[in-house]
Amino acid sequence: MSLGARIEGVGLVGPGLTGWEAARGILTGREPFVHRPTVLPVPEALPPTERRRAGTCVRLSLAAGLAASADAGREPRELVAIFASSTGDGENLHAICEALASDDRLISPTRFHNSVHNAPVGYWSIATGAMLASDSIAAFDASFAAGLLEALGRLEQDPAQPVLLVAYDAPYPEPLYATRPTADPFAVGLVLVAAGSGRGTPISATLSEGAAREMHSAELERMRLGTPAGRALPLLAQLALAAPGVAHIEYLDGATIAVEVGR
Amino acid sequence: MPAETMRPALLSAYTMTTCLGRGLEAARAALRAPRSALAPCRFESVQLDTFIGEIAGVDDVAVPAGLARYDCRNNRAAELALAQDGFADAVARSARRHGPDRIGVFMGTSTAGILQTELAYRRRGADGALPASFDYRHTHNTFSIAKYLRERLELRGPCAAISTACSSSAKAFASAARLIDAGLIDAAVVGGVDTLCLTTLYGFNSLQLLSPGPCRPYDAARDGISIGEGAAFFLLERAADTAPRDTFALLGVGESCDAYHMSSPHPEGLGARMAMEAALASAGLAPASIDYVNLHGTGTPSNDAAEDKAVNGLFGARVPVNSTKGMTGHALGAAGAVEAMIAVLAIDEGIVPASPGTRILDPELRASYDISGGRRVLARVMSNSFGFGGSNCSLVFGRLRDAA
Repeated sequence: MSLGARIEGVGLVGPGLTGWEAARGILTGREPFVHRPTVLPVPEALPPTERRRAGTCVRLSLAAGLAASADAGREPRELVAIFASSTGDGENLHAICEALASDDRLISPTRFHNSVHNAPVGYWSIATGAMLASDSIAAFDASFAAGLLEALGRLEQDPAQPVLLVAYDAPYPEPLYATRPTADPFAVGLVLVAAGSGRGTPISATLSEGAAREMHSAELERMRLGTPAGRALPLLAQLALAAPGVAHIEYLDGATIAVEVGR
Repeated sequence: MPAETMRPALLSAYTMTTCLGRGLEAARAALRAPRSALAPCRFESVQLDTFIGEIAGVDDVAVPAGLARYDCRNNRAAELALAQDGFADAVARSARRHGPDRIGVFMGTSTAGILQTELAYRRRGADGALPASFDYRHTHNTFSIAKYLRERLELRGPCAAISTACSSSAKAFASAARLIDAGLIDAAVVGGVDTLCLTTLYGFNSLQLLSPGPCRPYDAARDGISIGEGAAFFLLERAADTAPRDTFALLGVGESCDAYHMSSPHPEGLGARMAMEAALASAGLAPASIDYVNLHGTGTPSNDAAEDKAVNGLFGARVPVNSTKGMTGHALGAAGAVEAMIAVLAIDEGIVPASPGTRILDPELRASYDISGGRRVLARVMSNSFGFGGSNCSLVFGRLRDAA
């Protein structure tokens, strides 16, 4: 049983990876990878008040989503938005937990409404005016794979409706970092359309027991394992090659999703 | 907004545990009575002047020894609910029939086991570190509840947590139904678990959205929510041609975003209306086919006003509507599943539930709000769930024979 789609557009925000076009050479090994802190663009599309308060996850996810939409030549508001992340905004959570452990327990209302897992996709819809369905999905290290399945399920049900998948993660501050250490902020956006559509790179996904594919360099392999959204890297590397192949994406308990990339 | 029609998905087993009690019989009795289970907040060390809907005895529940790393209030509530109405046994039978790799788990939760982290922050070491006994991954992390159930029920199919605040567990039905429809799985355990914690109690307090008394949806003097907790599970299965026609089924699903504000609804209820319309379209039904709408109906002035505009705009005053949060409180990420269960029980019992707490209807609100409920033949019921971030989901339930 496989689920198919076409990938029309890609957005990428990560350490030393600024944009999909620039990253393609690095992901195929043609160009060297140089680690630099992730550049987090200011989300200009948000109203000024929200823009000022936008945390790392909002900036990351909006940047990847907008880049993917632009790469696909699609209006963001015409896409169903599926956001996937292992965790939420760590700085915000830390501030709430500190306040709740204090004597007065006073927490800020803005911090509270920003604490929901779907805050980034909520801001996405506010920024873009997208009123179609949205999702906020979590599956720990398998969050990208779970989001991909959600996207493919939606395309099966409604082939006429393109979807945007954004997977993102940013590290917690201490002391939570010690309990869930993840590496630099990383986000990937994919615009997917039904397999029967004319444009985009065809993919076909199957639940598999095969091992996840490792990256060709130690640095990129560290990035893949360093952050849940980084688990998308084998698929991105295959797309960057612009050649047919199979990318095994980490899923649950040793299982993978085998994504066959066509041409 | 055009939406594809979905095939009905069978509810072949279900159970619910809330402040109304353990299992379906307690819920049925509360619907018949009718009664509220809201009580003054005595939870943990919380000092807030509000009412809550607390599940009795959660702290006394033990998770199986092999899953001790998952031990937290949220997963204990899940364990308590699993043991009711033979639900875990029904899942085991389904797994034998379809194979454990053909059954998914899709769980809605807003806060999962965050209470563990709140408590751990009170016990930080001199270096600021959290206590060594704290297990973030298996308690606090959003995925904890979904993964706990997958391991506990020995399932091997696709699994995810859906966390869209107060629409989470309604949307879990949608995710599962799509993958069943697509043929990737044959069945899924769907639902939601959210339990009391300080983040939500003090958080809603910071927004000045906690009622000092039991919540009063649609009341002229409504003044906020009563936070509840709950665990509700359904075994969703592909409807075979031979399925008994009187089996309950998920008939329709509709989703939308407000694209308006993080914690205030669209003032005209635009997103809510789009979700309800999409649910009807996916069920292939007209508004006149719905016999009762279980509202999101939180009891805050702005939420009820926005939902009223949406509901009245779509259904007029013909369809009885109300909110059952005066019975259960607002179970947040579990509200969608809890109220899905109430929708099904309402049809099964032939009862429009009552709205305890609501006394004098707000004259500004125009939908046909039924305070006292009562006996009524219901074929199809819509359940609304709307959350922070403007995340909206409407579900339609009925017997298979009443599908379009």
